[in-house]
Amino acid sequence: MAERWINAGLLAGLGLVALWAWAAGAPFTVTLATKVAILALAAAGLNLALGIGGLVSLGHAVFFGIGGYAMGVLASHAQAYDPIFTRPFVFEGTKSMPFIWLAAIAVGALAAWVIGRISLRTSGVYFIMITLAFGQMFYYLAISWPAYGGEDGLSIYVRNGFPGLDTLDPIQFFGICFAILLIVLWCMARIAASPFGLALNAARQAPTRVMASGIDPDRLRLWAFVVSGAVTGLAGALYADLNRFVSPTMFSWQVSGELIVLIILGGVGRLCGPVAGAALFVVLEQWLGGLSEYWQVFLGLLLLAVVLAGRGGIVGLLARVPSRG
Amino acid sequence: MAEPRLSLRGVTRAFGALRVSDAVDLDLRQGEIHALIGPNGAGKSTLIAQICGALRPDAGRILLEGRDVTAWDVPRRARAGLGRTFQVSSLASEDTALQNVMLAVAGRGGRLRVWSRALGRGDLTAPAREALAQVGLEGEAHTPVGALSHGAWRRVEIACALAMAPRALVMDEPLAGLGTEGVADLSALLRRVKVRAPILLVEHDMDAVFALADRVSVLVGGRIIATGPGEAIRQNAGVQDAYLGPVS
Ligand SMILES: Nc1ncnc2c1ncn2[C@@H]1O[C@H](COP(=O)(O)OP(=O)(O)O)[C@@H](O)[C@H]1O
Ligand SMILES: [Mg+2]
Repeated sequence: MAERWINAGLLAGLGLVALWAWAAGAPFTVTLATKVAILALAAAGLNLALGIGGLVSLGHAVFFGIGGYAMGVLASHAQAYDPIFTRPFVFEGTKSMPFIWLAAIAVGALAAWVIGRISLRTSGVYFIMITLAFGQMFYYLAISWPAYGGEDGLSIYVRNGFPGLDTLDPIQFFGICFAILLIVLWCMARIAASPFGLALNAARQAPTRVMASGIDPDRLRLWAFVVSGAVTGLAGALYADLNRFVSPTMFSWQVSGELIVLIILGGVGRLCGPVAGAALFVVLEQWLGGLSEYWQVFLGLLLLAVVLAGRGGIVGLLARVPSRG
Repeated sequence: MAEPRLSLRGVTRAFGALRVSDAVDLDLRQGEIHALIGPNGAGKSTLIAQICGALRPDAGRILLEGRDVTAWDVPRRARAGLGRTFQVSSLASEDTALQNVMLAVAGRGGRLRVWSRALGRGDLTAPAREALAQVGLEGEAHTPVGALSHGAWRRVEIACALAMAPRALVMDEPLAGLGTEGVADLSALLRRVKVRAPILLVEHDMDAVFALADRVSVLVGGRIIATGPGEAIRQNAGVQDAYLGPVS
């Protein structure tokens, strides 16, 4: 099967499941589909750095959490009518999603730029360790920041607003997240097919060739990391809005690990690998999680099988299915 | 006489007590193939690393068309027109031959667009196809490099270098592992290439060197002990002692 048909099928499937659940009066399933879309978005961000750029970041929870806290800080001030700052003008925070998204993208990109500048001096296992260290740093920073809930996190009582939509209606909030996922995947496809994507992909396989071509691979990687952090940050803001809650666990290294797992399950570097991986992850979490609290053992076995079968993941597996005609 | 395309002046580098480059002077002139030969461990590869910018000399200068590039890094020297091929494949093996060469075209321009289709851009694909045609690989444009034969990826490496419109080329053992026929084919290609950009050629196959090279420099223990036309080098007593052995 051609990968574009697999991609179309995966995305249409996700949309149809949500619509069907909405029509059948199953709002919880709509919420699960929303979670799939948001996790896929977070992993799509990581996929640019990891899948194409070859940067195994075990610290992407930093950007997810930062996006979450961008939402939490802005919305908690707004809901308490407690200005974030009063000079040079009074800023009360905001409950407006578009504004929150821009803030999450900006802080995600900024954090990725700083962390990337430092981490990209290393490579291989040192890069993994230094990104992990940043993740732990942010985790403990969030815990020790009492103004924003510390260990208990922050509750946002009413979901933030989007002009013209009722965001508390699960299907409408799904629509927002799904639309953002589609837009970001479209952007990712364009980036991957661009000269920049060509060079980034080559820098993973053959950095000396990239340098001999007059291109500095570390600059490519830094830009990829910044875009990656911005997208994962945006996903963090949406995830916080889904739960109407942020806490330091968004920064935990388990979250970073899960994002990597999603990508490996779905297919490293494949455009819709994150979608396939997130869908499988959420389904397993629901079904197996109901059977046993040790459901992650099964996830581990599945991961093992996928890794042994090669780098293609689910999307790669489907692509090997011969098409008729 | 025209200015050399590439010159080394007193290039010196040591690893601890080991002098791998010892006051090396070398010129690469327009239109020539200049072979750099010498025994294993003589310092050929480290000299190339210094020419290309991967390794800093402790002293001395490297000039590309008269410009001092000693402080420049690898990508900047490449953009300035220093092309190179590697002893072991440097290519992105999952990518096609065309994509590998397009990368060189994109790098030469110095601007990597994020928002346009690489394959849809004629300003990238046309020069890349032309470079592939020059090395006789237009038919393999869409083959992943990993699936190409040894001789073919050597040619892709050369196509990448050509696609950068180089002013000087440095090639590390391009003939290694090719077999008699392959060596003849690639030698013919190098003769065509040198007209566009002179080649500094590191090579172990002495028959090929003396057949190809306009001039030969002999490096022993980090020092150039002789430079001259092939025949003169072959007859040079010092070179025979140090490296080639007596002419049979
Ligand atoms: N990074 C390094 N550190 C220490 N010694 C090195 C290093 N690179 C090369 N050498 C030494 O420098 C000498 C020249 O090596 P090289 O340039 O590879 O020789 P050639 O290519 O002529 O065979 C060798 O003795 C080698 O062991
Ligand atoms: Mg060598």
